[in-house]
Amino acid sequence: MRPRQLWETTGILVVFVVFVLILAATVENFATPINIRTILVSVSVVGMVACTMLFCLAGGDFDLSVGSTVALGGVIAALVVNKTGSLAYAVLIPVCVGAVVGMVNGFFIAKVGINALITTLATMQIVRGSAQLASGGSSIGVSNESFAALGQTFWLGLPTPVWLMIGFFIIFGVLLNKTLFGRNTLAVGGNPEAARLAGIAVARTKIAVFTLQGMVAAFAGVVLASRVTSGQPTAGLGLELQVISACVLGGVSLTGGVGTITGVIVGVLIMGVLENAMGLLNIQAFWKLVISGSVLLLAVTLDRLKHKASLRRKAERV
Amino acid sequence: MSGGFLRFESISKSFPGVKALDTVSFGVESGSVHALVGENGAGKSTLLKILSGAYRQDSGSIVVAGEHVSFASPIDAIRSGVSVIYQELHLVPEMSIAENIYLGHLPNRFGFLESTVMLDLAATQLAEVGVQVDPREKVGRLPLALRQMVEIAKALTHDARIFAFDEPTSSLSAREVSRLFEIIERLKESGKAVLYVSHRMDEVFSLCNAITVLRDGKHVFTENDLSQTSRSEVVNLMVGREIEDIYGYKSRLIGEPVLEVKDVVAEGIRKPASLTVRAGEIVGIFGLVGAGRTELLKAIFGANRFASGSIWIDGVKRRIESTRDAIKAGIALCPEDRKDEGIFAIRSVKENNNLSARRRNAHMGVFIKERWEHWNALKQVERLRVRTPTIQQHVGNLSGGNQQKVVLGRWLSENPRVILLDEPTRGIDIGAKKEIYDLIYELAESGVGVVVVSSELPEVLGVCDRILVMREGEIVREIDRTEANQGLLLELALPTGDKSGAAA
Repeated sequence: MRPRQLWETTGILVVFVVFVLILAATVENFATPINIRTILVSVSVVGMVACTMLFCLAGGDFDLSVGSTVALGGVIAALVVNKTGSLAYAVLIPVCVGAVVGMVNGFFIAKVGINALITTLATMQIVRGSAQLASGGSSIGVSNESFAALGQTFWLGLPTPVWLMIGFFIIFGVLLNKTLFGRNTLAVGGNPEAARLAGIAVARTKIAVFTLQGMVAAFAGVVLASRVTSGQPTAGLGLELQVISACVLGGVSLTGGVGTITGVIVGVLIMGVLENAMGLLNIQAFWKLVISGSVLLLAVTLDRLKHKASLRRKAERV
Repeated sequence: MSGGFLRFESISKSFPGVKALDTVSFGVESGSVHALVGENGAGKSTLLKILSGAYRQDSGSIVVAGEHVSFASPIDAIRSGVSVIYQELHLVPEMSIAENIYLGHLPNRFGFLESTVMLDLAATQLAEVGVQVDPREKVGRLPLALRQMVEIAKALTHDARIFAFDEPTSSLSAREVSRLFEIIERLKESGKAVLYVSHRMDEVFSLCNAITVLRDGKHVFTENDLSQTSRSEVVNLMVGREIEDIYGYKSRLIGEPVLEVKDVVAEGIRKPASLTVRAGEIVGIFGLVGAGRTELLKAIFGANRFASGSIWIDGVKRRIESTRDAIKAGIALCPEDRKDEGIFAIRSVKENNNLSARRRNAHMGVFIKERWEHWNALKQVERLRVRTPTIQQHVGNLSGGNQQKVVLGRWLSENPRVILLDEPTRGIDIGAKKEIYDLIYELAESGVGVVVVSSELPEVLGVCDRILVMREGEIVREIDRTEANQGLLLELALPTGDKSGAAA
């Protein structure tokens, strides 16, 4: 049991390390402190959102609306900061709006019983539309000094967004592994009916997961807006797919019930490193898409093979 | 007779850490119903999976009609005329009976479906197994028993010569069982070889004419004339030790009412249902499948909303609107469908065990107490004698009996006042059954009220102090153990007068 578990949890880590070593040896300017910093910054938004996407997937659902919520969060933050000049409001208000988006998702999925794909496909469009409406269709520039603190300052040599991402990894790692909420989420995703009969409030858990997801996505949007000094209604296009890809790469099961924070971290980093290396190698943008897609397919295939292998092992000896 | 129409020759199969089958050899004659029995873990299912092509044996071979065959996949097995009918049927619920029967080789002309031809053929095929249903009916609408018939009809279209049934009656009512037996008889008379896997000795001795016993992956016994052996001999061979009375009922001191259900009407319960369970009492609920037994338990447990009525625990009326309320009130439910409603197969024994009770044992109600969880899981595993290498093992890897014990452990961790057990011994072997009965007595002895729902008459009669009989959504009678007998219970449980349940 032990060695197998070790492989299942660290297998992807080994792949990642080997991958990085190969890149470091072959790609010029890859293994430099500046480049590493660049990679970390570039994955910070995906990384934060992946934390809560992990919960969504572990709970047996997924959320396509996060990209739009990132945009809405950024746009609202820009509007608020231009109006009030307050960093606190510029964070709080978007996060509350994100919570509402998430709650709506959760309500329709858990209470009304509409499937997560349809629900979040709908809210993805509604929220994107709202971001466009709120911004009047163009990006809103911000020239507030204190707002820039969120995205552009450094601490111990690393940019603040990176520290925020690390903080989120820690918080959600603890939440998943050490709290009732985390375990209940896994149980809900693993077997909803058994969870209900074990006295777990299934609907409440799901709504909480989506609400957190909305809040985190909106917050990530605020950080992004601070980094690029503007709230852009087109921000985060396709982000949901990047986030889900990162989670799947990290071994989170799309059928629910399985997922670890370490896996997600590695998944996020693999995505970032891949993207970065392709940039350094001057790979054409069109090729980048082909490669990213292929990597995802490969990851899902691996997950599938692992699943099959475990089914085979399960060979009920009745 | 060189060993039968279907012959297993020194079949061995290992899984990491277990030798599931160890040089098993025996033969099954055509025109015979051959029982395959053994405790959980004896290797029956593995053997069936090899027969169906789902697994490859490590060594040994299968011989059909004198020819060595090799099954790389289930399709190979079907082509060789082998049909294995599992507990979980492989049918498409949203498609019609006819489509299901011909799935994979639908009658067609240039790729266009010939519906009338298909329906005619299907009707003939269904008549052959002796059921009258409209082949246009969706499979999802059929009762389980009829679905099995559809599966059999489907197998006949593949010219199956060998049928293997894996616990086919575990979710059928008494009437459906007799129907299935008629069909198996018919298969036998038409010269098919039937391999019949079951835990139920009554069935084996009324249906089969030959028997093979497996124990711990080894072949221990084959008798081609079942009348040459006896039930007790077979049971002893299965367990390898003597078991006399597996129920071992003892009377107990019975106290005040712990659970009172007053006039509950809910989904599946047509007439207001009332019942009382006293401390230390074991109350049985007997009825056919669909009589409302599971629905009643789920209503008491807050899993199904009830339209009217009330639940009282220790003389206090409790508001129960969710499973959580019920658990807080001291009620626990072990559901009937272990796989879909009980266990989390991909999670550990420890996780499964603590799922509910951890709520009361968390730091500040939020953070999990690792040490308590570890301790509690070990405690329950030891108390219930769960056979698992470690508490980290995935529950899906355990046998049915051990899975059931893990679910029981989850509820014992809550120290309930009342425990509702829905078919607690379904599909588990005799040794584990006995352990579960012992546990039921132990719980009752400690003052817990126990409700046992069961379709197995001997079990209800053997274990319970008092028996309620349910029929078509109502409680029809309450009988003390001293006055109850099989005939009376069955008579009360069978639908009366109007034959409204024509489909069953």
